[in-house]
Amino acid sequence: MNSFPTQSALDPAGQGAESIAQLFYWMSGGAALIWCLVIGLAVYAIRRPQAHHYRLTRLLVIGGGAVVPTVVLTCLLSYGLSMMPELQRPAPEGSLTVHVHGVRWWWRVEYLGPSGQPIATANEIRLPVDQPIEFKLFSEDVIHSFWIPSLGGKVDMIPGRTTRLKLHPTRVGQFRGVCAEYCGGAHAQMNFDVVVSDAATFERWLADQSAPASEPETDLAVAGKAVFSQRGCGACHAIRGTAADGLVGPDLTHLGSRLRLGASLLDNTRQNLRRWITQTHQVKPKVEMPAFEALPEDELTALVAYLEQLK
Amino acid sequence: MTDADDEFVPEKPDRLWSLTFPPLVWAVHFLASYLTAAIWCAKAGPQAGDADPVRVAIAAYTVVALTLIAVFGWIAFRKHRTGEATLPHDFDSRADQHRFLGFATTLLAILSFVATVFTALVVVFVGSCH
Repeated sequence: MNSFPTQSALDPAGQGAESIAQLFYWMSGGAALIWCLVIGLAVYAIRRPQAHHYRLTRLLVIGGGAVVPTVVLTCLLSYGLSMMPELQRPAPEGSLTVHVHGVRWWWRVEYLGPSGQPIATANEIRLPVDQPIEFKLFSEDVIHSFWIPSLGGKVDMIPGRTTRLKLHPTRVGQFRGVCAEYCGGAHAQMNFDVVVSDAATFERWLADQSAPASEPETDLAVAGKAVFSQRGCGACHAIRGTAADGLVGPDLTHLGSRLRLGASLLDNTRQNLRRWITQTHQVKPKVEMPAFEALPEDELTALVAYLEQLK
Repeated sequence: MTDADDEFVPEKPDRLWSLTFPPLVWAVHFLASYLTAAIWCAKAGPQAGDADPVRVAIAAYTVVALTLIAVFGWIAFRKHRTGEATLPHDFDSRADQHRFLGFATTLLAILSFVATVFTALVVVFVGSCH
């Protein structure tokens, strides 16, 4: 597994991204060739001392200026279009389906459990390798665009409409997804983590995610659960298995198992969790979660202890 | 060169409108293709699963459009070949206007022909509404 998540379309780890990278290399090669020809002809035209041959000049202008660009464009267009059917084809019936909602400025993610019940998580998508996966994409406010550059192309998420995308990861690793359509103040910090693993690891993770939150075991965590309830965190955040069922913010049922906080902004550590709760707007300006700067130290310590044990 | 030097002078002044016909055909073809695909895929595509009727419709539009563009191009080319006015046809004379309009329309017809083929190429490769 990569130690640092990659976010490059030129480091493909999925079938769609491989096709796109291939198209990019062909386009770049074609552009380089045409550039060399044009510059070469310009140099020839400047350097040649005697008068240019009329018929040859005419042939070069018509051939090089009209016929060759038309042929090259037709070839590139046909090559690009020939990729479309496979890139656009939905995953076969029965494939894993993931629902992703774009929300300013985070990602609501839902898997379907064995009995069809939704399994909610946020800002992190885990996928099995070597399987086609169908994504259903939604927006809850403005237009967003869902893009995991290493796995495939991007698709807009449009309010009131459902769009779709098929991805087929071919390599185990950790990748980064982004919002590729400007959506307001914290757009640049609306990212997510993607973890591609073997099928068995993925199934284990999904089974863990489908379970309700574990009961806190230490006194500190028990106190933290009370703080979570008394401070009204449950009005915005859901923790399955508790009374907290808010839908405004991300589901926190298994927050402790996630790689990062704040839509892939901070590593998921105790220090960063404290920072996120108390200095929310310094960490992520424009975010809609209110900062809890005035939370007493003992309550903050207890709350962090509770949240980090939600594995 | 002046009118008096030309062997050929058109009876009526040429109209600039003829210049717009080939690109107009391309524009109508593009719009018709786009609307047909959008409406079919929004209304019937999800149930039908494929876009074969759209492909047939666009093939028909394309045959009509390319024929029209070829006819306009041929008329323009014949116009360009009539008369003795020399390049670059920029004198304020009827003969120069005649050959200039013919030449410009011929070039636009070639461009419109290629653009129409490019529009139709999409449905050669893409056969579904996905």
